[in-house]
Formats: sequence, structure tokens, C-alpha cells
Amino acid sequence: MSNTYFKILRSGINTTVQDKGRNHMYHIGIAMSGAIDQRNYKLSNKLVNNDLSEAVIEFAYQGPLLKLKNGKINFSITGDVLFKIIRKNLSVENGICYKNYILEDEDQIDIISTKNSVYGYLSVNGGFKLKKVWNSYSINTKANIGSNNGKKYSLEDKIFIKNSDLQINKETKIIYNQASDKIIRVIKGTNFDFFSNEAQNIFFKKNFLVTKLADRMGIRLSGHELENKVSTNIKSEGLVRGVIQVPADGNPIIMLSDHGTIGGYPKIGVVISADLDRVGQLIPGSIINFKEVSLEEAQNIFKAYTDETNKYLNECN
Amino acid sequence: MIKNISNLGDAAVYCDFGTEISEKINLIVISYFNSLSKLVKEQKINGINNITPSYNKLIISFDLSITNYLEIRKIVLDLKVKNEINNNHKKIKIPVCCDDEFGLDFNRLSDKTKLSKKEILELYLNKEYFCYMTGFIAGMPFLGDIDKDIRCNRLETPRVKVPKGSVGITEQFANIYTFESPGGWNIIGNTPQKIFDQSNLEEPALIKPGDKVNFYQISKKDYLNWNE
Repeated sequence: MSNTYFKILRSGINTTVQDKGRNHMYHIGIAMSGAIDQRNYKLSNKLVNNDLSEAVIEFAYQGPLLKLKNGKINFSITGDVLFKIIRKNLSVENGICYKNYILEDEDQIDIISTKNSVYGYLSVNGGFKLKKVWNSYSINTKANIGSNNGKKYSLEDKIFIKNSDLQINKETKIIYNQASDKIIRVIKGTNFDFFSNEAQNIFFKKNFLVTKLADRMGIRLSGHELENKVSTNIKSEGLVRGVIQVPADGNPIIMLSDHGTIGGYPKIGVVISADLDRVGQLIPGSIINFKEVSLEEAQNIFKAYTDETNKYLNECN
Repeated sequence: MIKNISNLGDAAVYCDFGTEISEKINLIVISYFNSLSKLVKEQKINGINNITPSYNKLIISFDLSITNYLEIRKIVLDLKVKNEINNNHKKIKIPVCCDDEFGLDFNRLSDKTKLSKKEILELYLNKEYFCYMTGFIAGMPFLGDIDKDIRCNRLETPRVKVPKGSVGITEQFANIYTFESPGGWNIIGNTPQKIFDQSNLEEPALIKPGDKVNFYQISKKDYLNWNE
């Protein structure tokens, strides 16, 4: 049995493991969780020749400092991430994202920070040795569900790795274009009519600011208070990722992967599936615009998004 | 039955059963939930991620790379729904300690309702409640309806942290905070019973939509010595 693991020498701000997410649990109040940026999660797996459903380490802003113990592995990091590899002999290499590396016993990975984005992903060939809870590895820190007893990783924790030996000797590297577009496409929500004509216009025409109140549950925006002329509360009902709720103060909130499963604020819009990765990566201080699209347009855009994801995945071969 | 069906974004179907909040309407929503869940479990439909019943809505989210709005909409409209019968559901008794250190909002409630703590508790404990839905946080049940005389709005300023196990009321509803969480409900006591248990993989949530719930008062001594 493999006794290879990462020892955590610095935990980083919010280091968890994530995968596609956990389904069929909303009705008892458990969010999907899963990687915020699903495309980069898949790409990190593919770069080390993994099944796309393997768990990866997700980190936010400052990432962890990890030391490899008892093995030799392949790893890759995706996202817009500044990192270094510190070899056992203390020589230091600047890391490049979207490339697989060989890591020897006692080498370290120092994930210094993400750049102009929030999340990055680290995968190892063969995946991590973790237990699934309700069919997912994803850590949900709000309900303490998933790997590591549902808690984010902290100093001295160990993350065990399935393979103890190198599986691939071929270097794989792709060129990835980080999305920088700040236009977020939205389908009108079920309570769009609750808002005044002026508020409806503002919503699709003016800029909104991403505030510091942003985490895996959601992102609060500011800039324009949207006037509600019907009711600032609705009878609580289900939520999904991407829903934009507007509470009484008029400032929109976008729901992300760890959102509460039920909410009582009017839904002005829903971010289209193809733009969810990009929304999740918005850093506080970003200025964004919402653009209305129809259901049919959203489906076509999603197809283009999927084709692009597949193009990148194929380049990893 | 479903009054209106529409899309919520590009990856969810929104079924609207009207605006009424009642056991009758909610049981219809739960019937739809059960019928759809059965098809998902038997792998007769692909792509559904989650189905969320609430008072009078049902939201079905799906994976847009597998299916789409029109496909799921058709499945819902073609569904042969077996009407839920009320007595198919569990009856659950929940212990609650209402000593002042747990019942944080009796002063406020007495102010608003003009009833004493004793009178409020009598009305609260004398009723069987129906679970409309579970959610917001893991396992939190939304129960109703509480007696008209003890109904009261949410706190003007919600608490940043409501203790785990807190039993709260607002408007016609009662709930239990299964985790420490922010919240604005009026807190009347605390239960030592585990309402959500991550280690129980089969049935983590003790109370599910459609179940009936009674509360009974326990002493602080019983609370501290509670053993499941």
C-alpha cells in the first residue's frame, strides 16, 4: 500500500479537495460543492493522465506549501498561479501552470498566490487516497461533509496519494488563454418582474463591483441598489448555482457551489452555465456587466464552452 | 397540480404550484419529488443533479452537458404522480430545553404577543407540526403551522451566530438550527438531539419533508445528560 503523502508546511487560506460535486442532496440541505472552476479542475486531472473525476486540491489566493514524503509523483497546477518547486537540494524552479512535473521524495511545492483570479488546482497522477462521502470527495466546510472530516486543510495535515511511483515520463504542456472578459451572461430570473423598470435597466446596463464578501458560498456585489416594487422577500424555495438573489438592501448576490439550498430573496437572474467558472474566479474589486441572453443562446454558448474545454483536454494527450 | 413550469437559468426547471402554503399543496410537491426521485434512482432519467421541494415550488437542476430544459420539462409534465398520503410519514418527538439560557427570545416574544413565557410554551408544545421542507443548512426542517397567537416576525437584526440545536419560530413556522449559523428566528429553546448526522450515510437528516414533529420540554439536567 502506498504511504506517499503531502505534508502541509503552510496551509494557505482555503485549501480543500474538490471534484465534480455532490448530487441528489439538495432536498436535505446539502449543497453540491465541487470545484468552483470546473474546467481548470478537469484540465489539472487530464495533464497528469487521470480520470477526470479524481479529486484535486483547490486553493484560494495564497495556496499551501507542500512537502512530498515517501514517493515520486507527477503533478500539475492549473489556473493563473504563481508557484515554485523547491528541490531537496534546495534549488528553486519557477513553476509553470498547465504543465506536468516530476516531484521527487522530499521536494516541495510552494503555491505562492493566484494572480487576477481566486482559485487554482493541483492534481497528482493517480489521485489522492481519500474516501468519498455521498459519491463525492468534495469538502463542504459549512456542513463538515467530505474528505478530511469536511474541514479545510491545516498545518501538519497529511494528504495521502494513491500511487507511490512515477506513472508518466512524458512532459505534457498546453497553452491556456485565461478568460479576462468581465461580461457575465444572464437569463432573466423567476422574479425579474418584481423590480422597477429602472432597476431592470440598471441591472443590464450598469457596472457592478465584486465586494470583499465573496467565498465559495457566493459573491456580494455593490454599485447600484436595485429597487424592488413587489416584495423584498419570497416564500423560501430552492436555489441553484448561478442564481442572482437581491435582498432588501438592493445589492445582488450570486450563488456559488457551497450556497444554501433554500433562499427567500427574489431571483433577478441566473448566470448561464458557461460563465460559472469565470464568475467564481472574480476577485474583489472586479467590475462586471450583466448581459441578457435567451435560453437558446445560453445553450449554444454552453456548447461552444464544452467544445473549447474538449479542445484543451485533447491538447493534453 | 403544477400551475406554471418555466426555466430557472439554462440548467434548472422551475415548477410552480401556486402561492398557497398548506399541507395539501406541499404534499403534492412532495409527491412530485418522490416520483421523480424514484425515476432518478432507477436510472430511468439521466442528467438530473438535484430536486428541491419547498412549500409550493419544485426546482429540478440538471447537467446541461447531458440533458436540457425541454427534455426535463417533458418528463415532469408526463409524470404519473402517486398522491402522497399523509400517514406514510414518520412521527418524531423532539426534546427541547427552554431554560432562559437556551430560550434567548422570550422577552421579545412576550412583548410582541402579550403572552407570558408559560403561555407561549403551552401553545407551542401542544401542537403537532408538519415538515414542509428541509434545507438552507444541512438537515434544517421547516415546520408549521404554529398557533396564531405566538406568531412573530424575524429579529430586526439577525444574530451572527445562532447556537447549534436552537429551536426557533417566525411567522407561522418553526425550525431547528442543525449547525451553528447566522439567523434571525426567535429562539425559544435548544434540543440535545442530533437532527443531522453526517455519519449516518443512509439517513443523515432525522426529519424529512412530510414528517410530523412534536416537541416536549426537558429539564436542563436531562439536557446535559442526554444520550441517544
